[in-house]
Amino acid sequence: MTVEFVLAIGLGVLTAAGVWLLLRERVFDVIVGLTLLSYAVNLFIFLTGRVRPGRPPIVESGLAPTLAHYADPLPQALVLTAIVISFAMTALILVIALRARAETGSDHVDGAEPADDAAGQRER
Amino acid sequence: MQAALLLPVLALLPFAGSVLVLASPNAQRMRAVSLAAAVVVAATALALAAAPAVFAGEVLHWRIDWMPQLGLSFGFRMDGLAWLFALLIGGIGMLIVLYAAYYLDPGDPAARFFAFLLLFMGAMLGVVLADNLLLLVVFWELTSLASFLLIGYWSHEAEARQGARMALTITGAGGLLLLGGVVLLGHIVGSFDLEAVLASGDLIRAHPLYPVALLLVLAGAFTKSAQFPFHFWLPHAMAAPTPVSAYLHSATMVKAGVFLLARMYPALGGSDLWFWTVAPVGLVTLLVGAYIAIFQHDLKGLLAYSTISHLGLITLLFGIDTRLAVVAAVFHILNHATFKASLFMAAGIIDHEAGSRDMRRLNGLWKSMPITAVLGTVASAAMAGVPLLNGFLSKEMFFTEAVGHNSSAVMNFLLPAGALVAGIFAVAYSVRFIHDVFFNGEPVGLPKTPHEPPRFMRLPVEVLVVLCVLVGLFPGLIIGPVLAVGAQAALFGGPYAPLPAYKLAIWHGFSLPLAMSMTATAGGVLLYFALQRRFNLHRLARLPGWLASGGREAFHVVTEAKLRTARVVTETIENGNLQRYLFLLVAVALLAGLAPHLGAGPAPASAPVAGTPLTFGVLVIWAIGMAAATGTTIVYRQRLLALLLLGAVGLVVSLTFVYLSAPDLALTQLLVEMVTIILMMLALHWLPPESPREASRLRQVRDFVLAIGAGAGVAALSHALLTSDFDSISPYFLRTSVAQGGGANVVNVILVDYRGFDTMGEITVLGLAGIVIHALLAGFVPARRPAPPSAEPRSPFLPLIARLLLPLAVLLSLHLFLRGHNAPGGGFIAGLVLALALILQYVANGRQWVEQRLRTDFRAWIGAGLLIAGAAGIGSWFFGAPFLTSSYAYWALPVLGAVPLASAVVFDLGVCLTVVGATMLALVSIGRLTPPEGAPR
Repeated sequence: MTVEFVLAIGLGVLTAAGVWLLLRERVFDVIVGLTLLSYAVNLFIFLTGRVRPGRPPIVESGLAPTLAHYADPLPQALVLTAIVISFAMTALILVIALRARAETGSDHVDGAEPADDAAGQRER
Repeated sequence: MQAALLLPVLALLPFAGSVLVLASPNAQRMRAVSLAAAVVVAATALALAAAPAVFAGEVLHWRIDWMPQLGLSFGFRMDGLAWLFALLIGGIGMLIVLYAAYYLDPGDPAARFFAFLLLFMGAMLGVVLADNLLLLVVFWELTSLASFLLIGYWSHEAEARQGARMALTITGAGGLLLLGGVVLLGHIVGSFDLEAVLASGDLIRAHPLYPVALLLVLAGAFTKSAQFPFHFWLPHAMAAPTPVSAYLHSATMVKAGVFLLARMYPALGGSDLWFWTVAPVGLVTLLVGAYIAIFQHDLKGLLAYSTISHLGLITLLFGIDTRLAVVAAVFHILNHATFKASLFMAAGIIDHEAGSRDMRRLNGLWKSMPITAVLGTVASAAMAGVPLLNGFLSKEMFFTEAVGHNSSAVMNFLLPAGALVAGIFAVAYSVRFIHDVFFNGEPVGLPKTPHEPPRFMRLPVEVLVVLCVLVGLFPGLIIGPVLAVGAQAALFGGPYAPLPAYKLAIWHGFSLPLAMSMTATAGGVLLYFALQRRFNLHRLARLPGWLASGGREAFHVVTEAKLRTARVVTETIENGNLQRYLFLLVAVALLAGLAPHLGAGPAPASAPVAGTPLTFGVLVIWAIGMAAATGTTIVYRQRLLALLLLGAVGLVVSLTFVYLSAPDLALTQLLVEMVTIILMMLALHWLPPESPREASRLRQVRDFVLAIGAGAGVAALSHALLTSDFDSISPYFLRTSVAQGGGANVVNVILVDYRGFDTMGEITVLGLAGIVIHALLAGFVPARRPAPPSAEPRSPFLPLIARLLLPLAVLLSLHLFLRGHNAPGGGFIAGLVLALALILQYVANGRQWVEQRLRTDFRAWIGAGLLIAGAAGIGSWFFGAPFLTSSYAYWALPVLGAVPLASAVVFDLGVCLTVVGATMLALVSIGRLTPPEGAPR
């Protein structure tokens, strides 16, 4: 049993949960699924730096500046950006869902309840 | 050289003329006519000017190399065959322009007509003059397009529109197949140059791809020349004005197909496959067209089917694959164009003057229009093959070739027999034309009183009929050299192949072909009158036999089926349902990820690296995380609970970051997590607290399967990733971070220095999101407002603690900000801490309390942050360095000693302000939707 194995399984579970929720029919559930999925993806990108516990990339004098002594800082920087931007997008989607519900009375992902939509199509 | 310059002028003049005519107003018909006439006459004159060179045996070339790498050149080539056709196009074009000037109604947009006509003429000239196969195909398609425009000229008539559409579909599809064939030929020969292709006949015929290329090219030729089974578009194209029918659909455009046969004969002909494909198609078309023509009631319909039949004859001649047959074919192309164009124009005159095209009503017209009757009779006789007219000569050559043919027993019988039968039919329908229109009693219910047409409207017909007679009487004199030159070009071995010995004479002595002609004439007349007596052809509403439908029904069935399929496919894939789109998206992504692993699969990237031994802490944390994630999916309908579990997952991720040596990341994740949860709770206030039960169980199971698949894929991928070795560019950052970046926290230095531009983009996105949220909610008054929170006193502890925490939080934020360059911290984290502290005030003390004390517009914070960040970047320009270059120095402060200060801290300040502004703006905008406590309901 290694940390890598547990992390891999953990990522798989997060992804599965995220995808399943993504396919639900209410906007809020989709957002929760998206959030789970983005946790998984951020972790995945971060893990391209592999598992290096206990070696934060804060340079100390005396230690050679190689990856033997420090974790890889580049994926960390990238994921930091990703976290902030996905937060911005989550906020935006939530507000759009809010407004949409106020306008149409429905929080279904297609913008209208299926029954109403079918009636509307028949009218058309 | 001067002669060669003639070619591009000749080819491009009609296009220029078309544009000019299009620019003139529709009402001024005379202007359009004179312009068009000038262009056509000039083109014909240019073609004639090339005559001396062509007759001397020269082949004129002109070219510019357009894309030599692709073998595309724009050039023209005129040999005997091209010259012959150019003369045909120009000569008949002149007559048509004159004719059309009288034919068009005053209400018809004349400029448009002549512009399209000139466009067609230019395209047709391009087809015959092109010296590059690809260029030929381009002009080929252009002729289809011009034909479409001309057939649909009277666009208010449904028949015209349908006919145009059908013609374009079939000839366009043929053009596409032709392109395929041409590309193959280019591949075989190695060049698209016409001379190269024509010289490589043996190479092409020996190549394994020869059958495919041949069939594709033939498909193009057969669709254009209305051969069976693609013949049915031509009768429907008769909805076009008669000048168009006379020009395009008898004399020139449909001849493009047989021109292609003549042109490609040296390269593609001379093989068994050629014979067994081209000859049978030609034979069937010859017979079918002639048969149907007898039973037509529409003047133009009869002529259309007769055209189909004659084109079949020409095709058959090419199919017979002897030199003499090729000569006969070229001869018949000329003759047919002459008499058919005159017949169409005569039909148009009858239509114009009598008001009807229906032969059941037009009778006895020789009394009212005697001269037209004579002209029509002579032309019809030429069509039938009566001696002393040009049709007879080419028909004799045809019979000679059919009789003299010797390949297989079947064909040895079928060809002469078919020729005879076709001859009988041809005479029959020609007699029908003459008899039913000009004789056969009195006219029945005609809208106009028939009379002779204007002098100059009849002139083109007269010219052509006189030509028919002259060629029939003195063939060697009139047409001999022209034919020789044209036929030579069509034969093997390039432009100088030896012509077979033949004699263009009226009398070849008593021979089998002559006997056949006599039999055909007699038989045809007998057939017609027998049919008349037996059936009274006028009563025949539908054609006997299976040929009744004329292909239109089949065409409609096919197009309807295609449209239906397209509709079904669209409704399945794009039905407006987001869940279906997402399902398809994830499924396809999963398949794409699986695809390399089906079968052998790729080799592993490297030898697997030993893993890190598992500690108890990691196991527990991730067990909780996985349970929480799974729990989210189980209790997702209770949204608040799902949110709490989501928070748990976020915490696990944050702790993982801590374990894996990413302090900055862990802090950011934690803080963003908190803000997100608060945001979602606020939004939940305005959304239903629970999701309704989903109707379809099947969908949940289906999604479950897909989700498991996706999860398994990601797990396998991550494991492969984590256990493989890697190399990185990061040692560069580690080495230079302190010396050049001025900071020990490499992640922070990357964010604000090495990758400062990315961060600039990131805060811009964040700021924009905040502003959009504000804009979405600014004037928004929700309809159903929940009850405002009661003004009852709450627990006093939370507000007190919150107020005490605020200065500490501000201090912490400042500390994190300042130390960010050398220890975990930085602009993002500091900003988020400050934002959270402010949010805590809102939550604990209420909106009114905070807004009384903190009167600020957070949009200004966003703007200030972005401006400061931008200024920090621009500032480096003043020092001659690129955007966002930072530097650092040490300040000596009295008590603290040397304090490192990097200019990147200014950039970080901008980041911090933007983060605070955007976060607060978003949350406050949502929070404002709730009425403040104590407000009236």
